Formats: sequence, C-alpha cells, structure tokens
Amino acid sequence: MEFLLASAVGVMTAAGVYLLLRARTFTVVLGLALLSYATNVFLFAMGRLVIDQPPVISALAKGYSDPLPQALVLTAIVISFAMTAVVVVMALRSFLESGTDQGMLEPVPHTTPSAGAEVAEGSR
Amino acid sequence: MNHLIILPIMLPALIAPILVMAARHDLVLARVLSVAAAVLMLVLAVMLLVSASGQPPQMYALGDWPAPFGIVLVLDRLSALMLVLTALLSLAVLIYALGGWDGRGRHFHALWQFQLMGINGAFLTGDFFNLFVFFEVLLIASYGLMVHGGGAARMRAGVQYVVVNLVGSSLFLIAVGMIYSVTGTLNMADLAARVPEVADADRAILHTGALLLLMVFGIKAALVPLHFWLPGTYGHASAPVAALFAIMTKVGAYSIIRLFPLAFGAGAGISADLAAPWLLPAALISLALGMVGVLAARQLTQLVSFAVIGSMGTLLTAVALSSPQSMGAALYYLLHSTLAAAVLFLIAGEVGARRGGADRLAPGPVFGGRGLLSGFFFVAAIAMCGMPPLSGFVGKLLILDSARGAANAVLIWSVVLGSSLLCIIGFSRAGSTLFWKTAAAGKDEIAPPPRTSVLPLVSIGSLLAALLVLTALAGPLTGWLDVTAAQIYQPEQYVDAVLGEAGGRE
Repeated sequence: MEFLLASAVGVMTAAGVYLLLRARTFTVVLGLALLSYATNVFLFAMGRLVIDQPPVISALAKGYSDPLPQALVLTAIVISFAMTAVVVVMALRSFLESGTDQGMLEPVPHTTPSAGAEVAEGSR
Repeated sequence: MNHLIILPIMLPALIAPILVMAARHDLVLARVLSVAAAVLMLVLAVMLLVSASGQPPQMYALGDWPAPFGIVLVLDRLSALMLVLTALLSLAVLIYALGGWDGRGRHFHALWQFQLMGINGAFLTGDFFNLFVFFEVLLIASYGLMVHGGGAARMRAGVQYVVVNLVGSSLFLIAVGMIYSVTGTLNMADLAARVPEVADADRAILHTGALLLLMVFGIKAALVPLHFWLPGTYGHASAPVAALFAIMTKVGAYSIIRLFPLAFGAGAGISADLAAPWLLPAALISLALGMVGVLAARQLTQLVSFAVIGSMGTLLTAVALSSPQSMGAALYYLLHSTLAAAVLFLIAGEVGARRGGADRLAPGPVFGGRGLLSGFFFVAAIAMCGMPPLSGFVGKLLILDSARGAANAVLIWSVVLGSSLLCIIGFSRAGSTLFWKTAAAGKDEIAPPPRTSVLPLVSIGSLLAALLVLTALAGPLTGWLDVTAAQIYQPEQYVDAVLGEAGGRE
C-alpha cells in the first residue's frame, strides 16, 4: 500500500508540475487540480497508513488510525475545490476580455489601472 | 480568558455578510458600515496593544478545548503591533477608496472586510493549519480585490497571481504534513517544545518541512527568487488595493518572525538557526534586485512595486541577523515600510488618475494639483529610500547598527548603502520626469476627468503624517519594540502561555 500511495503522489505531482509549466491557462488549471489531489493524498498519509483501525477511542481497539489528517484533508479538499472554481472563473473572464488564453506566457501589456477601469465601465 | 482577542476576527466576519446582504445596492450604507468597522477595529487593536504590552502572551482557546488539541489564538506584543498597523492602514486607505474606487465594481467593502478578517486571523493564530486557513481567507478575498475595477490587463495579472498563490498553498499543505508526520502536532507552541526531541532519523523530514514553510512565507513576502508575481500584481491592482496589499507581504514576514525564532531558535538543539543561512542571501539579493528594478521601471506603479521588493529585502536582512537588537530594528522598519509603500501606491494612483490614466514615466501634460502631489511624492520618496530626516533613515540606521557585529557586516553594509543610492537615483528621476517636465498628451491618453474629491489627498496626507509621527516618536517606539523583540527571542514565554506553566504534558 505504501508503494501504491507514494507512487500515486509522485506521478500526480510530476504531471501537475509539468502541466503548470505549460503556456495556456487551461493546462495550468488542470495542473493545479492534479497538484492539489497529490497534496490531499500526501496529507492523508501524514498520520501513517493503517488498515482496519478505528479513529475514536474504544476499549476493544488494538490500535488506532490518526483522525486528525482525515479532518485536515476534508478542509483542504473544500478549500482547493473552491480555489479551483475561482481560478476557472477568472481564467474565463480573462479569456473573454483579452481574447487569448496564453496568459501565462506573455508579460501582461501595461495599461494603467484607471484606464483599464474606464474601458471596463464602458463595456458594462 | 480575555475575550477581546477573538474580536479582530469576529468583527469583520460579522460586518462582511451584512455588507453583502443588506448593503449590496446601497453604496452610502456600505461606506458608513465599512468606515465604522474600520474605526472600531482601530480602537479594538489599540486596546489589545495596551493589554499585550503590560502582560506576558495571552492565550485564547477556541471552544475552550485545551491547548495542543484545540485551536488557540495567541496575543503577544508582536501580534498586537501587527493588528494596530493593519487597522491603521486599512482605515487610511479606505478613505482613499471612498473617493470613487469603491463604486467601480461590486462588493468592494465586503471583500475588504474579509481580507481584514484573514490578515487579523493570520496574526493571531497559534496553530499551523489554522494559519493555512486564514491565509486562504485573505487570499480568496485578495483575488476579488485584485481584479476590482476590471479590465483585460488586470484580469490576466489576476490569473497569474491566483495561480502563484495556489501553488504556494499546495506547498504549505505539504510542509504542514511533513512537520506533523514527525512531530505529531500542529500547535506552534507544542512544536517548539517537541522540535528538540525529534529522532535524528526524522530530522531531515522536519528540516525539509520547515524550509518548505520558509519558501511559502517567502512567496508571500516576495523574497527573491519568489518575487516574480509582485510587480505584475501590485502594478495592475487598483491603487487602494495595492496599498492594502502592502500589509500582505508583511504577513509573510510576520510568519517567518513568528515561526523560526519560536520553534527553530536557539533552544532547538541541532535544528537551531535553520532559516538564517537561506534567508540572509535571499534577502540581500532581493534588496539589490528590487532597487535595480526601481531604476529600470517604466511606470510609477511598477517603480513602487520594485521598491516594495527592495524594502522587504532590507526587512528580512534584519530578521536573518537573528539577534534581539536586529529584530527590534526590523520591526521598526516593518512599520515604516508598510506605511511608506502604501502611501506611494496611493500617490501613484492619484497621479495616474489626474494625468488621464497614465502613470508611465514620461513627460505629460500639466495636471491639477501637481504642486501638492509633487510635495507628497517628495516626502514619501525620501522616506522610502531612507534619506534623513524621515523614518526610513532611522530604520536603516538601526539595521546597520545591529549588523555591526555580524560575520558578514561589510557585505550587508555595502548592499544596504549601495541600494539606497540606486533608490534615490530611481525616485528622483521618476519625480523630475513626472512633476517638472511637460509635454503634449500621448495618443493613448484620454482627457483627465474632472476630480473634485479631496478624500484621496486626505488619505495620502494622513499616511504621511503617520510616517512623521513614526519619526518623531522613534525614541519611545524603539524602546517598546526592543522589549517586543526580546519577547520574540524568549519562546518559553509563548510556550508557557499556550501549554501552561508545566509545559503541558510532562
């Protein structure tokens, strides 16, 4: 089980980092998702891997699995899910406003803050 | 327990939903609520500061769960100081935003309050995972604020900012997982107690985790080579948002100051002084690179962004010297650089707006209020570059003085002094181009809108006044900050406050 889990974390991280380094926003978002999956599995393993053990104290239990990482992973999943949603929405807005999704590659052309705001207000 | 400690988190957490639900179509009501909350927060922060300066660190157990098992908030002099700084900055910058920026998109005030909730929580928490959660709260609010006002360029810069921070969050979680796997705790005080006891075979994992955390905080603090997101983000955010973000880099610096002297300080056995060998070179390079960026910048906002990177370098150089004296100097410089960076962003925003949406560093047409703004810019630039007589000079002097006994004092002195010269050249060139030279309007510039609001000028003026107060009260203030620095380097006080006198689980 250790080998399976470790290689899963490794492969997902490697694929995530590879996708993160692409030029298009869509692949970057996919890379972020993979990286957050890898992180969640990694967090799950931080309390050691045990099978068939209860997380709460009972008189019959021979050993315990650590309940804390499970609670943390739950929080981390919720947060990473919400963040992925945010980045998808922002990437879409950015694509619709600038007409390209190569936002990761080129430096952002500088229009000044207030000029940008004027344009945005005009289009609304 | 002192129930005031939870209020800096509760107050914005209560006000923000009210702003979203009750005041979403009523800008006047939203402004009133937001300013009232900011004033209340300042009063609260000052009360906490008074409470913290008379006592050892105080612990607030959430849900009354005892320390290593439940999440705790800890108020000590350092966190109280950061709370006051945040409250002061947010009130002053909010006044600027009332001049029109808050109406250029939805939910500005609600996002502002959520951002404050995250920042205050990060300053108060005594638990790693909770620190992660508050980081996410402040980040998700900052994503909204970053793209406030809209526009294609700002959106694209916003996406880059979000992606960088999501990678940072993943790293944070991995680091927390590593540290938990060998120490079995997420509580900072408990970690400090357990680091010396970690088995030698596990120490490599502990150190990797701790240095990964340093990297995450380095991303937040815009430490070279993790600074690349900052000029794009701050340069494209609206002026009041960029000014508020001046405190966000300090959240990273605060986390470094909180964690490393506490858990990896002198009492940590083999793990002692883990951060300094990495932090010092990175900080010196940040300082040099930031000031070279000041010389190379073509827009005023970019120039200020690079000055922020340079000032973070100065601050973290002092932190990396890891002595109580240099920490006192670092805290003074932290107060100064936050206010100076914020006021420069506000000035840049106001200059850009009055020139008709152009803050490029090229001669332009004469704009209204040029004399007053040039005066403001002059004072702020002097403060930022550390010229006498303002607070930047006092801060740099204290840092140089504390570096005198260090092993590489010559290097530190030459980088700090040389970069100051670059800063002066960059800022004086920018100032003379913007305020002394005139030319016809460029083809991409639109006619400047008539500006009637004096609120931005009031806000800029009050921040500059705060810098003057910082300079005038430098004596008593450094005395107070030296005691704070001494408290940072006595982690037993913090551990006792959280785990009880017995050290928790003897």
